[in-house]
Amino acid sequence: MSASTAETAVPPAKAPKVETPFRRFVSEFCESKLALVGLIVFAIIVFIAVFAPFLSPQNPYDLAQLDIMDGRLEPGTRDGADTMTYWLGTDDQGRDMLSGIMYGLRISLMVGAGSAIIACAVGASLGLLAAYAGGRTDTVIMRLVDLQLSFPTILAALMILAFLGKGIFNVVIALVIVEWAYYARTVRGTALVERRREYIEAAQCLALPTRRVIFRHLLPNCLPPLIVVATMQIARAIALEATLSFLGLGVPITEPSLGLLISNGYEYMLSGKYWISFYPGIALLVTIVSINLVGDQMRDVLNPRLKK
Amino acid sequence: MAVYLLRRLLQSALVMLAMSVIVFIGVYAIGDPVEILISPDADQMERERAIKALGLDLPLWMQYLSFLGNALRGDLGRSFVFNEPALQLILQRMPATLELAFGAMFIALLIGLPLGLYAGLKPNSTGSKLVMAGSILGFSLPTFWVGLMLIMVFAVQLGWLPSTGRGPTVEVLGLRWSFLTWDGLRHLAMPALNLALFKISLVIRLTRAGVRETMLMDYVKFARAKGLSPARVTYVHVFKNILIPVVTVVGLELGSTIAFSVVTESVFAWPGMGKLIIDSINVLDRPVIVAYLMIIVLMFITINLLVDLAYSALDPRVRLENK
Repeated sequence: MSASTAETAVPPAKAPKVETPFRRFVSEFCESKLALVGLIVFAIIVFIAVFAPFLSPQNPYDLAQLDIMDGRLEPGTRDGADTMTYWLGTDDQGRDMLSGIMYGLRISLMVGAGSAIIACAVGASLGLLAAYAGGRTDTVIMRLVDLQLSFPTILAALMILAFLGKGIFNVVIALVIVEWAYYARTVRGTALVERRREYIEAAQCLALPTRRVIFRHLLPNCLPPLIVVATMQIARAIALEATLSFLGLGVPITEPSLGLLISNGYEYMLSGKYWISFYPGIALLVTIVSINLVGDQMRDVLNPRLKK
Repeated sequence: MAVYLLRRLLQSALVMLAMSVIVFIGVYAIGDPVEILISPDADQMERERAIKALGLDLPLWMQYLSFLGNALRGDLGRSFVFNEPALQLILQRMPATLELAFGAMFIALLIGLPLGLYAGLKPNSTGSKLVMAGSILGFSLPTFWVGLMLIMVFAVQLGWLPSTGRGPTVEVLGLRWSFLTWDGLRHLAMPALNLALFKISLVIRLTRAGVRETMLMDYVKFARAKGLSPARVTYVHVFKNILIPVVTVVGLELGSTIAFSVVTESVFAWPGMGKLIIDSINVLDRPVIVAYLMIIVLMFITINLLVDLAYSALDPRVRLENK
């Protein structure tokens, strides 16, 4: 993922030796403190999600560790056996909310990033094809894109899940189907300009196979806008997955994502037990905002029109 | 123009037909309604009678053809759960959804326009930076979670507003509306604000961009040079001109607002179309799912068609491109 590669390259402060496009990108990205904070926060979130089994005080999927007597405890309460503190309280099953959120982040990020990557691969390929082939292929693909984009994403996803039923895999499919069009449109726009450049002509003159021209010559030059869209779409996918899970159409109850955790707390909200819904929501919000901050800055840096 | 109109209408009809096939197959080919609708205690005779009564014994394409034939006559099947015509069920709940959507649009303009105007006129002030940061938050906040938080603050903690439901309604023109009573308005306030959240951010950004662009126009410079008061320049010359694109976009967003009301209605138990469809999906009440999707598809195709037609009427370039 571009975000993590940029992150590892962040500690510069050394005198830049040669100015490569990547170094320039990193230094320009770091101009915005807010975006840097977003990137660091996002890196921490990814870290927590990846290492949740080692970091979380409890395995929320292991029913043997749960004690129903500890259900709906307030944040900061000790558990019945006095071995641990529920810093963020417990849900109705006596599950530690902090652990639940850590594991929920895993599911949310996995679904969000997974669907974004697949949608990107599908959308970018079709977008490149449309731009490169032109003619009828272009018309058919772009008509499909128009059709897709004219329906609100939530509705299209709802429709697909109504057909397929619940499940992590089905949610990913639904998200891919509603999102590929954004990538296709973005890539086609750039590719239409790029394919008239001399290097494409040169590659064609060398009688390289079409597939090679498209993926090795055309695609790398269409990457910047694609990366920006992909970043933003991860945030959108995470939000959409949470919404679908909240509506009871997303992930199954055995593997709760953040949206489902929030949904579980809904009925206890009215009796003032706010923490079951509140904290997963904060985790969701922080994740989405940090990705959006990073995406915003990347758009500014990679947009040639905004260059000084 | 007539040819373009005809082509566009034909296209819309084709899309509608394609969607009907997708929707029908998607909903009917997956899962087995017999399992859900007929009591497991029923004997073979009862099961067969029920299957026949629901028309589930026919082959899929026969079911589709009879569905299509009926749909053209405005009959989209009977709900398995309510045992009422699905179309009627949805149309009954439509006013509630429309009320919510229009309420949200109204709030979005009421809050978004002044804030956007302020942010556009004083782009470097702290206040407008706060407004813009707030608008980013408005785009990022998950709607359903904000809804829950609104309930927590205003209904549970403060007790100012009712948490769920629609409240008393008044019948006007044969439809029941809740915004005409004080208690109904109190019920409407939170869901409408929740649904408006995203649109407020949108209106703020559109207005701000519009103001900053318009301020550089010659007619604004001229109005200033003429010695008009800044207030008059702002509210008459600038404001009127930015209102056109803003209102256009907000109008176009009506469809997506109605779609998004699915979420808000579920949070606030608002008895509209959106809540009905979620409940129907959960119990696999297929005729209602199909009818809802067909109505929404029809609505979007109509909106898109009208927009395209309006554009081509106003902008000759669009018409030429489509030739």
